[in-house]
Amino acid sequence: MLDGIAAILRRMGARTINSIWRLGLATRFFFLTLMYSGPSFRRFHLVIKEIFSSGVLSLVIILVSGLFVGMVLGLQGYETLQTYGAEESLGVLVSLSLVRELGPVVAALLFASRAGSAITAEIGLMKATEQISALEMMAVDPIARVVAPRFWGAVISMPLLAALFSAMGIFGGYLVGVVLIGVDEGAFWSQMQAAVDFQEDILNGVIKSVVFGGVVTVIALYEGYDAPPTAEGVSRATTRTVVTSSLAVLAWDFVLTSFMFRGV
Amino acid sequence: MKKTVLDFWVGLFVAAGLAALLFLALRVGSMSGFDAAKSYTVQAEFNNIGGLKIRAPVKSAGVVVGRVTDIRFDSTMYEAVVELRLGSEYRFPADTSAAIMTSGLLGEQYIALEAGGDEKMLSDGDKLKITQGAVVLEDLIGQFLYSKGEEGAAAPPPAESAP
Repeated sequence: MLDGIAAILRRMGARTINSIWRLGLATRFFFLTLMYSGPSFRRFHLVIKEIFSSGVLSLVIILVSGLFVGMVLGLQGYETLQTYGAEESLGVLVSLSLVRELGPVVAALLFASRAGSAITAEIGLMKATEQISALEMMAVDPIARVVAPRFWGAVISMPLLAALFSAMGIFGGYLVGVVLIGVDEGAFWSQMQAAVDFQEDILNGVIKSVVFGGVVTVIALYEGYDAPPTAEGVSRATTRTVVTSSLAVLAWDFVLTSFMFRGV
Repeated sequence: MKKTVLDFWVGLFVAAGLAALLFLALRVGSMSGFDAAKSYTVQAEFNNIGGLKIRAPVKSAGVVVGRVTDIRFDSTMYEAVVELRLGSEYRFPADTSAAIMTSGLLGEQYIALEAGGDEKMLSDGDKLKITQGAVVLEDLIGQFLYSKGEEGAAAPPPAESAP
């Protein structure tokens, strides 16, 4: 009986210590990445290559899901607003929810599963096939050559992807609301313009998406770098990347939102 | 992939992303308009501002001419001091009056400016002297009930006069 409780406590303690270790290592890894970022800006084509693989290749999924999210928002928003006779505010509803929340958050979740998992798998396999050790043998710092360009590529891509997501979503809301249902076009745009503020809403959305890009990529890079160099290890690391970075995005979203929108 | 092709796609992606941001900034949102260079601020004191918020519009004849930039409480006068920033292309006479209105029954509150007849114009830092605070719905209902009550008291209650 007592032994059983002790075993449970031991396991809990080991887990806690382990997760604190991992958090510390990931933070150290993040600062190392920042410290060794200099070379990736001097050799910018490395970053461009990463913008291509994490940004350009994510375009299709981001644009299509943005369009559908906007169209659904248009339909659902119309249904609800109609009961209050306020269907002209559809533009406000669609644009504010996209620019403030859905754009950055959903784009980051898609980014985590589309680009984050790819980064983890790539780096995990590089480690498994000893390419990282080979770089070290050649006196090339793997963080400067492999990790930092991926980090900056994703941090640059993320706000652009989120902006495209929001723009596409607003277009989708316009399609459903104005073209399909027949909300007045002038009211749709003018109420939207009156309600959406550049600094308060759009800039805060961009800041959010930059933070999310950083969070997702650091987790993806760290999981890849830390993965056991086996097939099973890489597959587990990829799964962990998607789960952890999705949760981290949602948690950070709450923190950022509570700082940005205090309902003044 | 060849470097030029890669550069092309990344360039296209960045351009599309920036275009989306520009679309959001110009078409969806409005830049906060009245910047400090092309505007002037005036103050107005109200006995009650109701639900007026910072960044609420200032309208004259229904046209937005400025924004509320600051709301303070004056603890010597026990009144709310509201700072309005007006676009410098809109000039108003010095005896312009300000009232807090509500757009629609449940809409947001804004400040309505009614131009006076003075020949002197408002300039930066001036104070609006004639103001009318927000109408509080509870007060209105209270007044209504009170006047109904008075009516009831004036007329003799019919039930008690019966034998």
